[in-house]
Formats: sequence, C-alpha cells, structure tokens
Amino acid sequence: METITQRIEPVTKGADPARLVEAARAAAARVVDPEIPTISIADLGVLRDVRLGADGVVEIDITPTYFGCPAMRLIALEVEAAVERAGCGRPRVNLVLSPAWTTDWITQAGRDALLEAGIAPPPPAASRRALFGEDTPVACPNCGSHDTILISEFGSTACKALRRCQSCGEPFHAFKCL
Amino acid sequence: MTTIAVAETPLVLSLLRLADTALVHSHRLSEWCGHAPMIEEDLALANFALDLLGQARALYAYAAEVEGAGRTEDDLAYLRDAPQYRNVLMAELPRGDFAFTILRGLFLSAWAHPFWQAATGSTDTQIAAIAAKAEKEAAYHVRHTGEWTIRLGDGTDESRRRMLAALEALWPYTGELFEADAADRAMIAAGVLPDPARIRPAWEATIARVFDEALLPRPADGWMQTGGRSGRHTEHLGHMLAVMQHLQRAYPGCSW
Repeated sequence: METITQRIEPVTKGADPARLVEAARAAAARVVDPEIPTISIADLGVLRDVRLGADGVVEIDITPTYFGCPAMRLIALEVEAAVERAGCGRPRVNLVLSPAWTTDWITQAGRDALLEAGIAPPPPAASRRALFGEDTPVACPNCGSHDTILISEFGSTACKALRRCQSCGEPFHAFKCL
Repeated sequence: MTTIAVAETPLVLSLLRLADTALVHSHRLSEWCGHAPMIEEDLALANFALDLLGQARALYAYAAEVEGAGRTEDDLAYLRDAPQYRNVLMAELPRGDFAFTILRGLFLSAWAHPFWQAATGSTDTQIAAIAAKAEKEAAYHVRHTGEWTIRLGDGTDESRRRMLAALEALWPYTGELFEADAADRAMIAAGVLPDPARIRPAWEATIARVFDEALLPRPADGWMQTGGRSGRHTEHLGHMLAVMQHLQRAYPGCSW
C-alpha cells in the first residue's frame, strides 16, 4: 500500500528553500481534522502560514476554530509528524490567535467535503449576521430541502449545531457560523 | 497544599480576574455533564464549559508570560487556593437547578459579550487577539441562555417559579460585574481593558430584551455582594477547588 512518505517527494534540509517550504506546506495541508476526517486543515482554514525560519527550521502557524477545541494539540502533533515524514525536518508549530478564525475561511473544496460527510456547510460570508440569530436557511445535506429546524445550538463538537430536516425527517449536523 | 504567590501587577491581576471567572464558571457548568435535563442540553452546557475553559487557558498562559516567573497556565489554575482566586462571586455559587444555571449563564455572557467586543480594540495585541475569539463564542452563549430564560420564564408555573427564585438569588451578585478598582482604572486609562461602566448599557439592554419576552421583572438595584475580585469568597469556592484540584493535591506535580 502506498504510504504518505512515498507519495511526497522527500526534500532534505539544505535544499532549495522555496521547494522545502512548498513540500512542507503540501505535507501539512494533507493533515485532516481528527473530529471531521473528511476535511483537511488547509480547507478548514486552520493552517495559516508555512515559512522558513531564520535558523532553517520550517515554521508553521495554525489557528484554533474554537478556544477550547480539544483537537488542536493533536493537529499540531500530526502536522509535526507529517512535515517530518516529508523529509523537511521537525518544524516549529505555532498556535496563533489573531486574526480570529472564521467559517468564511473554509474553502469551496472544504464545503464540498463537509457536505459529503453529511454535515451542512456554513453559508459563505455569513459569519457576522448569522452569529446574531438572523436565521440563514440551512439546506439538508441528505435531501437538499431548506425546510430544516434547529434542535440544538450545540452539537457533538464545539463547531457544530444539531438540526432536523422537516422534509426527509433526518437529523443532521450543521457547521456553525463563526 | 503547596501554593504560589503571584506578583499581581494591574495587568496580571486583571488577567487573573478574567481567567478565574471563566474557569470557575466553566467548572460549575461542567458539573452538569451527564445530568442535564436532556441530551441536547448536556452537550450544550458541556460545550459552553469547554469554550470558557479554552478562554481561561489563553488568559492564564498570557498572565504567566506577563508575570515572567516561569509559571504555566496549570500552575495558576492548580496552585492557588480560594483566597488567591479573583473570580466574581456569581461564578462560584453552587450549580443550583437548571433555571439557576441558565440565568447565571445569561448574566455572565451578557456581560462577557460586550466586554470582549470592546476589548478587541485593546492596545495590548494579545488581549485583542483573545477578545476577537472570545467575543464570537460569547455571542452564542448569550443566544442560548437567553432563549432558555424566555422558555422558562414564560413557561409552566413550575419553570417560572424556579426562574423567579433564581433571579432573586442571583441579582445581588450582578453589581460586582461593573466594579472598577485602582487596578481596573489603570488598565482602562492605558486602553488595555474596557471600562465596565461602558459595558453596562449593553448588558442592561440584553437583560431588558430577554426579560421582556420572558415576562420577568427587572429587580431594583439594592445592596450588592462584593469581594470575589479581591479574594474574599463565599464558602463554596473552597469546596469547588478541593474537587477541581484534587489530583494535584493528592499527587503534587504528577503528569502522564
């Protein structure tokens, strides 16, 4: 079976810095959210920056979706391991808070991945208004109907709410706007 | 137990007040885990607790960095006893029934939301960064606790009776949210933290809007409880910390 190491062309330290950063970025971008494994941290907007530090060590910035997100530590460890496996050396992974993460950073590929996993993606560029309860219609990920109701503002993880589709009757998770 | 003496400069003290309030409130909310009236609320209260715990961690980490004595967020949470805690008294009161928990959540988040919103403009970039995240989380907390306050206040005779009892018990603790002492004034003057007097109109507006729909009367401002922010606590905090810090007290410095 193909392993990650084989898929990524190994780049050793001392190589062309641009290629090193690119390889590190590619490796880090493949790390998935441990709680929603269909979406990569790049598509989730959690991976903020990859660069080369003055000492030649790859430096990576990640940002939490929610403060209390218990997945952050695991994500940091997996980024470290992925970048090291790609032959880019052990990176420094920084947790940055500013600017604050918003659902608007989830890419289109990320939205598609969420939908595929049965999670209604947040409506694009709606974060601010949605935060204050102006109900933006959420489409059911199973049947596409917009006739859905909120069951609970809080779901199985901090970033999701629980809804039910009035049309097909299925309950589903919806990504909260932030 | 081993305790530490934190050098409380105005900034460190202010950070501890915010962090302690978030942590203590978070712990009270977490006591509902597995006991809430229904599964959705079990998840909601645990999520609410988790948000506050995350905020507390960021604030403790920054307080430790500012103090510069080589401490960690864990040292600040686990190695101080009740008289060294700086949370507002309201946060430490026993969890009470569901109405009490919801109303406390509303009072504290209706304060936290405009506070963090204003703090996004802090001259301290780390506080501004923490505020930008906390503000969004607080908006959800206001919404959730506000909806439940309405449902319970304008619900059955029993839910209303409990909401009124919670209101009577909690109201005397609301005054402490808007106090400002010398340390606060120093932070306000430096543009580091917002003036609580300027938070009050937003808090009053939220409470008025929710109470109006919940058919709850806004009590008159009588004598208010005070002391938590200077370490004078109710008898309840010590018991809570004994539970929260049990592992550290039984096995000092343990790790796994």
